Amino acid sequence: MLDFPRWKVWSIVGLLAVLCALAIPSFLPERWTDRWGSFPHPRINLGLDLAGGSYLLLEADTADLANTRVEAMRDQITAEMRRTTPRIEIGDISTRGGQLSFMLRDPSKVDAAREKLLSITGGGAGLTGQRQWDIQVVDSSRFVIRPTSAGMAQAVDQAMQDATEVVRRRIDALGTKEPTIIRQGTDRILVQVPGLQNPQALKDLLGKTAKLEFKMVDDTARPEDLVKGIAPAGSQILPYPGNPQGIPVIAVKRAAIVTGDQLIDAQQAFESQTNKPIVNFTFDTNGGKRFARTTQENTGKLFAIILDNKVISAPVINTPILGGSGYIEGNFTAQSANELAISLRSGKLPVTLKVIEEQTVGPELGADSIRAGILASIVAVVLVVAFMVLTYGRFGVYANVAVVINVFVILGVLALLHGTLTLPGIAGFVLTIGTAVDANVLINERIREERRRGKSVIQSVELGYKEASRTIFEANVTHAISGIIMLVLGSGPVKGFAVVLLIGICTSVFTAVTFTRMLVVQWVRRTRPQTITI
Amino acid sequence: MRLLKLVPDNTNIDFVRLRGLAFALTLLLSLLAVGITFARGLNLGVDFVGGLMIEEQFASPPSLDKVRQVVDAQGVGDAALQLVGDQRTVSIRLPAQNGDEGATNAVVRKVEGALGRAFPGATFSRYATVSGKVSGELIRNGLLAVVLAVLGIGLFAIFRFEWQFGVSTVVAIVHDLLMTVGFFALTRFDFDLNIVAAVLTIIGYSINDKIVIDDRIRENMRRYRKMDMREIINLSVNETLPRTVMTSVTILLALIALLLLGGHVLRGFTAAMILGIVVGTYSSIYVSSSLLISLGLRAEPTRAKPGTLDRAEQVGPRER
Repeated sequence: MLDFPRWKVWSIVGLLAVLCALAIPSFLPERWTDRWGSFPHPRINLGLDLAGGSYLLLEADTADLANTRVEAMRDQITAEMRRTTPRIEIGDISTRGGQLSFMLRDPSKVDAAREKLLSITGGGAGLTGQRQWDIQVVDSSRFVIRPTSAGMAQAVDQAMQDATEVVRRRIDALGTKEPTIIRQGTDRILVQVPGLQNPQALKDLLGKTAKLEFKMVDDTARPEDLVKGIAPAGSQILPYPGNPQGIPVIAVKRAAIVTGDQLIDAQQAFESQTNKPIVNFTFDTNGGKRFARTTQENTGKLFAIILDNKVISAPVINTPILGGSGYIEGNFTAQSANELAISLRSGKLPVTLKVIEEQTVGPELGADSIRAGILASIVAVVLVVAFMVLTYGRFGVYANVAVVINVFVILGVLALLHGTLTLPGIAGFVLTIGTAVDANVLINERIREERRRGKSVIQSVELGYKEASRTIFEANVTHAISGIIMLVLGSGPVKGFAVVLLIGICTSVFTAVTFTRMLVVQWVRRTRPQTITI
Repeated sequence: MRLLKLVPDNTNIDFVRLRGLAFALTLLLSLLAVGITFARGLNLGVDFVGGLMIEEQFASPPSLDKVRQVVDAQGVGDAALQLVGDQRTVSIRLPAQNGDEGATNAVVRKVEGALGRAFPGATFSRYATVSGKVSGELIRNGLLAVVLAVLGIGLFAIFRFEWQFGVSTVVAIVHDLLMTVGFFALTRFDFDLNIVAAVLTIIGYSINDKIVIDDRIRENMRRYRKMDMREIINLSVNETLPRTVMTSVTILLALIALLLLGGHVLRGFTAAMILGIVVGTYSSIYVSSSLLISLGLRAEPTRAKPGTLDRAEQVGPRER
């Protein structure tokens, strides 16, 4: 028992000192620690409930994605079939029910068509090599093309990867500090933006798909047909709220001249004469060339600028636009023009994202919560410390030293793990202070018992630690089981609580058992007490 | 210096004899808790039912009727109002808005705007919107977490001790859970995600308490092989009584500090914890250990072969 080698003492003290030191940077103002440069200064992040800010859970509309995919396939197939020699005529194209179907005008070309379709839809999905599309022939001349589940899964995965990137770029454009953007599950993105003053702007920004297209206006369409929803072949009808013709729709060619993918820059600006907010844009080389060619061929005609399948303006091409840049004019305010510019710069969202959960905490409530949490923690420590000294005397003091060190060790470990301290985390903290002394209570009560049985001081202390250690281990394992379950299954606040609880369980066993044992042994060895007050 | 002793030395309370009474009381309280929960229902938070919650802080304590008038005038559905914390903060619960999130955003803006105009100096302190889909998942995960925790801990107890320990522990924990849920039905505190964390902690703590006693029972079973099981259990509960009370009081001290000073957001959480500690301590002392006798725990391990019993030393699988 009294055998406690010097190296052990030093390693315990050293380890605890390092862990405590890790907690220090979190208490210092940031402008100090920033100057430390590469010197490690781990900090504990404050959760949104303490720092204020927004938590958003976004979910992709995968049904919408499936439709877009089928429609893109339709466009590709119609184009390819037309290009084939001899041309394969198809008609009665439908994209209803998440599948694409069309008739072959000449049933004898079934084999040629199938060959063509296989090459268009070819390519395996991922490593499994499964086909992305399922092709069937019904009634000898009708083709039905369905996305396979593997192909759909891959498409969703790809779309979510892109969407996460786009969301990240848009949030970065807001210039907030340390946002968290994580993909969650198959079709969700979790966004946490601390310290945000105006969460509304964030949501408005994330809600925009920003699918920008330039298409020629189909001037052969008659307004009375448009109102009825009848579009000329090869054209589609899109809403156009600001149509000077007085009807809220317009017909445009299906094929796009240029799309937003070919933009390299977009900036909010003001039109020089009217001083109205506009968005300036620049195409890449390819897009610029195509735009130049089309505007040369179609001078005097109208083209439509389409954002998220809505026409925002349909200007006349007065002169060919050769430089690869231009501007969009619409019913913008300076803010909405800026948001559009950001969305255009960050690229279009491949899927529509919906906010399915939101928690926003105002900065004042956060600050109040921190103050309250700190005060509660201090009072809790003081109460527990006083109570322990009153009950166990010298042994209580040792337990207290362990508790106070444990508080800093938990903070240090939390900083090391780049953990986030949340309000429930503070509760976990206070609770850990309570449970950490439980180990010491177990030990000290055991020592009391052994003394009552008439054992010597040294024997009692030794038995106290030995017998109690087993119980402490068992008790903490069960406690940890519930902590781990919280960590795995819990979301948000529950997780924050579980992290602190689990760290607390690990560190408290060390401080409450090993560290206090060291203190007690040092004291016993030095003074050789014949009797102890406990 | 004379040290404080909450429990006098060498207590000898016959807890086992009290078990009839304790079981009856436990059963009665549990039934009451279930009854209250079914009769009144839980005041489920936004996390679990979906919808939106706006917490608005006013410059001075507002009249709830006036706040209700302002909110009702917006035509956004039935609002449930509650004063929280310092009497200047009102939590406004609104049903989920049908339609997309745009509708929800609009409602938040509308209500805040109207309150800001009607009560100068009012600011929002937080708001939360949860769609029905997510709330369903949160309920499922919450329930799953609780069930898994109970099962996991029960299995651990069976694995480390005898099966009787596992069963008695699980019974006692179910009792603690019922009491906590009943408490929330009675007080109408918001039952939200934080409370699930509280419930899981109560499970963890209560288990902790029981394991300590179980551990002592096992130790005493080895030490006093000839002793009657009743005596062993009484002795073990009495021996660990100082620790049980000490630890509970320490944790209660910490929690009371949190309840009084920790701010209103955590109030329900802390209240649940305090109740859980009290109930858990009760069930550790009166329910779980006495239940071991009713479950037929014997002093000699039942798997020992006849004829080996009277030998002092036994060779067999180590129990720890």
